[in-house]
Amino acid sequence: MTSSASLSAPTTSAAPAAPLGPLSSAPLAPPSAGAAPPGVVRTTYRNAIREAIRAAMLADERVFLMGEDVGRYGGCYAVSKGLLEEFGPERIRDTPLSESAFVGAGIGAALGGMRPIVEVMTCNFSLLALDQIMNNAAALLHMSGGQCNVPLVIRMATGAGRQVAAQHSHSLEGWYAHIPGIRILAPATIEDARGMLGTALRDSDPVLIFEHATLYSLEGDLAADAGEVPIDRAAVRRPGSRVSLITYGGTLRKTLQAAEQLATSGIDAEVIDLRTLRPLDTPTILESVRKTHRAVIVDEGWRSGSLSAEISARITEGVFFELDAPVARVCSAEVPMPYPRHLEEAALPQAEAIVAAARATIGADG
Amino acid sequence: MSGDTQQRADGADRVRDVALLRAMLRVRRFEERCAELYQQEKIRGFLHLYIGEEAVAAGVLQALGAEDAVVATYREHGHALLRGVSARAIMAEMYGKQEGCSRGRGGSMHLFDVATRFYGGNAIVGGGLPIAAGLALADALQRRPRVTACFFGDGAVAEGEFHETLNLAALWRLPVLFCCENNLYAMGTALARAQAQTNLAIKAAAYGMPAWTVDGMDVIAVADAATRAVAAVRAGAGPFFLELRTYRFRPHSMFDPELYRAKAEVEEWKQRDPIAALTARLRGAGLVDDAALAAIERDAQAEIDDAVAFAEAGSWEPVAELTRFVYSGPASAGAHT
Repeated sequence: MTSSASLSAPTTSAAPAAPLGPLSSAPLAPPSAGAAPPGVVRTTYRNAIREAIRAAMLADERVFLMGEDVGRYGGCYAVSKGLLEEFGPERIRDTPLSESAFVGAGIGAALGGMRPIVEVMTCNFSLLALDQIMNNAAALLHMSGGQCNVPLVIRMATGAGRQVAAQHSHSLEGWYAHIPGIRILAPATIEDARGMLGTALRDSDPVLIFEHATLYSLEGDLAADAGEVPIDRAAVRRPGSRVSLITYGGTLRKTLQAAEQLATSGIDAEVIDLRTLRPLDTPTILESVRKTHRAVIVDEGWRSGSLSAEISARITEGVFFELDAPVARVCSAEVPMPYPRHLEEAALPQAEAIVAAARATIGADG
Repeated sequence: MSGDTQQRADGADRVRDVALLRAMLRVRRFEERCAELYQQEKIRGFLHLYIGEEAVAAGVLQALGAEDAVVATYREHGHALLRGVSARAIMAEMYGKQEGCSRGRGGSMHLFDVATRFYGGNAIVGGGLPIAAGLALADALQRRPRVTACFFGDGAVAEGEFHETLNLAALWRLPVLFCCENNLYAMGTALARAQAQTNLAIKAAAYGMPAWTVDGMDVIAVADAATRAVAAVRAGAGPFFLELRTYRFRPHSMFDPELYRAKAEVEEWKQRDPIAALTARLRGAGLVDDAALAAIERDAQAEIDDAVAFAEAGSWEPVAELTRFVYSGPASAGAHT
């Protein structure tokens, strides 16, 4: 029996991946009141992700999107709005509320030659699919002795800040970063929202993308020809000399605000955006700390057993004798996220706490 | 149907039925050797024997074509063997040698072979079902007239993934043949102690797919049902469910004192041994005789002896390669942490 129609191979798959441009090291663009300059478009984090999905689907017929309410509803966070009309229900697939089945189906479809993008509504819900992510997606290549690649991309919203309480607010990307076999991305900028997905789809292994829910409405400028970006390096978002502030995702803006506050009192802080949480770009972290001799890690996850703990350990292992102060951490309070705004704000890392932690490392220097 | 056609069909069936006997005996003898090798500590870890249930794999797998896919459980030596994975590669895998079908990384519970589209070797009960749905989805999206056969036990019926996947497959009309190997025990928990509704086909029917209950000790009944089910799935009718009622003659694994079932019950089921039953049937029909049976046994033993020799002669993967196959691309310890 022959197949009646097969998908054309994408033009990108035959050639080696195109070299990717350098990461922007510019600070986040402040909101500009007027029109965007030539060659630049005004957009949002949400629209940048949608554009990344569109571009991937146009370039490669093997790419499709599935998840809860991605089609007719337009996506829980309106990321996929309009895509059903453009691509039809076969490639923009609404699923029943069955995270384990549709994440596992994404794994199977990847084994079957597709390039699925699976959207999980929030990080908390992804726990219903943890078996498939951990026991299958992350393990199949290894337990099959290198035979079963799983080129799957899973996107999900993460993080707090919207008063949606203890079952919609948690930052569990640090947990996922514990698992060998998967790659973990945390786009914190519009450029990365636009660029990481396409690169992730070229990866032969599973990639999880954590989109902080407070970033979807972030506005900013994006190069009109913006495309794929590297997904294996951290970025220095603000060069500095006195202290390294190391963060990712939803706390990048707060950390940059803290750096600005520190600058007003003459403390020149460097801000590292990890971008990729697994594998960690350890050389960039160590190079920064080697220069500043002080480190503050800002992580919206809980402190105990966290990604911040891992980074602290690597700094200790790698550049212990370069440190002029103990490594400091600013994390979320160890409590399920409360509903009232004042308690939620108190639970989350804030610019003031980052400033205080940075000052303390310098004070410790005498 | 003309008499002439009927005669040819009977001839084809006879060839098939003798092949079914040969298939079941290969699996039985292979696993009996595995049990010996386990006692000798050549095979370690968990070893789950399929002895008693061979009619299910033999009957279903003969209905598939080379382009179809198979997703199985941790009790899958027979499925792998009958799917066409070589006895050598399976035995070497059990030994943990790098000549094994999963390079020794998986062992007894994780036999994989992409060349024969054999996707495990899945040891999380119920975890293979969503993968089967996804393999079928890829075929549907690419307009390939393929079938994915998904094996799982009665224990999986209690898992959420069973229900999620049957619903998804029926909703999207995915080409999956769900094969529930109901051996009456989820490890040591009897079906009636785990399910309020013990007629499992009813559950599948509730999701909107054809669901048949089949005598899983009768390989011809299994083969006939599977052939019809595969044809329906391949024709685009959506998923199909077979509940295959069978029985495990051996303990759950090599560590099971079998406190949960009576010896008399096991003996009763052994009277329905699918191999003995088919042998008697074929003898009665004059299709096999002592010489033919001896030849089948001889071939099976030769294949197994060769597989054991191959595994014994196999090599251990160098420890320097420990972190290979965690990610694609070259191995280098620590490069992906």
